[in-house]
Amino acid sequence: MLKRLLLSLLAALAVVPAYAQFRVEVSGVGLTQLPVGLATFRGEEAAPQKISAIVQADLERSGQFRPVTAKTGALDENSKPDLVPWRQNGADSLVVGSIARLADGRYDVRFRLWDVVAGKDLGGQSYAITQADLRLAAHRIADFIYEKLTGDKGIFSTRIAYVTKSDQRYALWVADADGEGAQPALTSPEPIISPSWSPDGRQLAYVSFESRKPVVYVHDVASGRRRLVANFRGSNSAPGWSPDGRTLAVTLSRDGGSQLYTLDVTTPGSEPRRLTQSSSIDTEPTYSHDGQFIYFVSDRGGSPQIYRMPAAGGMPERVTFTGTYNISPALSVDGRWMAYISRVNGAFILHVMELASGNVTALTETTADENPSFAPNSRLILYATKQQDREALMTTTLDGKIKAKLTGQGGDIREPDWGPFQRQVK
Amino acid sequence: MSIKKLALLGVVALVMAGCSSVNLDNPPVDDRSTGGAAAGGDSAVAKTTAAAPVDDGKSSQAAIANVARLVYFDYDSYVIKPEFQALIDANARNIKADPKRKVVIEGHTDERGGREYNLALGQRRAEAVRRALALLGVSDSQVEAVSFGKEKPAVQGSDEAAWSKNRRAEISYR
Repeated sequence: MLKRLLLSLLAALAVVPAYAQFRVEVSGVGLTQLPVGLATFRGEEAAPQKISAIVQADLERSGQFRPVTAKTGALDENSKPDLVPWRQNGADSLVVGSIARLADGRYDVRFRLWDVVAGKDLGGQSYAITQADLRLAAHRIADFIYEKLTGDKGIFSTRIAYVTKSDQRYALWVADADGEGAQPALTSPEPIISPSWSPDGRQLAYVSFESRKPVVYVHDVASGRRRLVANFRGSNSAPGWSPDGRTLAVTLSRDGGSQLYTLDVTTPGSEPRRLTQSSSIDTEPTYSHDGQFIYFVSDRGGSPQIYRMPAAGGMPERVTFTGTYNISPALSVDGRWMAYISRVNGAFILHVMELASGNVTALTETTADENPSFAPNSRLILYATKQQDREALMTTTLDGKIKAKLTGQGGDIREPDWGPFQRQVK
Repeated sequence: MSIKKLALLGVVALVMAGCSSVNLDNPPVDDRSTGGAAAGGDSAVAKTTAAAPVDDGKSSQAAIANVARLVYFDYDSYVIKPEFQALIDANARNIKADPKRKVVIEGHTDERGGREYNLALGQRRAEAVRRALALLGVSDSQVEAVSFGKEKPAVQGSDEAAWSKNRRAEISYR
């Protein structure tokens, strides 16, 4: 009986839905925000997901849009809506659509984007999808709108990874970019840190302490299959993928101190190649997206600073010069920016450097920021921080003006990594 | 395979359905090919620890129990302070007394700063203790230095009282 109870309990646990959800906390005003109207989709009231609300939250979180409302009721994609009330309320564009249940149980989601000022149809799409994919459809709609109106690719249908800790239980999660739809990839009684997406978005490298020491795994997200890629004497940590996905840069202490090595992940069991030869700490290797450089942290100058070296090895050059503690470099895909954590008066604060000029901006006023990563369109940074003594995940625009918080329920949330653009499903 | 084990597998399959999740509380029959550390979660470790004393003489067991095994460090530092030299000496004697004995030196840091940099700093602390033991004639083959960074604080809290207890290297007999 007890066994059966346990069984049904576990089965119930397995279907617990979304673990966390984003709350947009606008802590400033961006200079150029596009005013976009979002009407309630026809049929949305009866649908399991409020498509227009998800789209609106996505657009708001990007910092590049300002939602505009008008009292028009639901509007669908079939006919040209009355644009006057939207124009009067200041909207430049308007999103309308519908959601309907199909005979086979799937849902038909359609939308159209209107240029309110010119009265022009900017296009639309339709998706016939299962209930489980409704949120994904909403994210794809947000991506479409974002790309049409800004010219940049949207990142709303990408995925993020992060780690939670509660009651000495650790879990590695894969979630939508808005933190919803989280699925556990790994649960463990021992810490998990430093998840890192492979460039094709199929694998996560991470550090697990499950064998009472840090070792590096590569984990196939779809199948759950994983393999141990670095388990050498001492500590194994800080995996960072090369842009071609063939090489993993890691920190190993097998020869004494923490030094950088590369592993050929296409050949199981291949011998690591040592990249740095110093008597100092060298760690957090991070490839630039053109594959030319490896950025890393070293205390060779007496305090931890960020350096870079040619990816094949060679003379390091120093990148950060201000302050006595600069760590955790993250490079934007467009090659223009480096996000990192700098200690300022005892506080650990997210900074971004424009690499061409060396100009640095502090992005937050929190005191325990950690582990930044860029959205694949280089427009947002995802990072961990502490708010009121609770761990939290935040996104911020590169000017620091628009931030959104991913609120974890029951337990601490940390170690985020933003995945690459997904392959198109269709 | 017993009924109980089958039932357990069923539960695991249910929990994992649809999400391809790996749960280390129910360690699968594993394929870890690369040698080195013990595979598995807590249970495997516990077994190793429990089994160890069987090989040891009673007197050396008592000696280990009576010797302190924690070295504390200053902020951002991996220098072993003079007051810990006696502790290092005593542990060196214990390790050398049994060439079959293995110890792991676990380096730790306080909670401030990044996880990976702290992992490297904890490694530094562990290596400092390993070197101090080597200077006293302890064989490197008996000692492995690893780091937990800031992941395993000894004391919860965000003040110097907690931090000073967490900046440590622990000599762990396996």
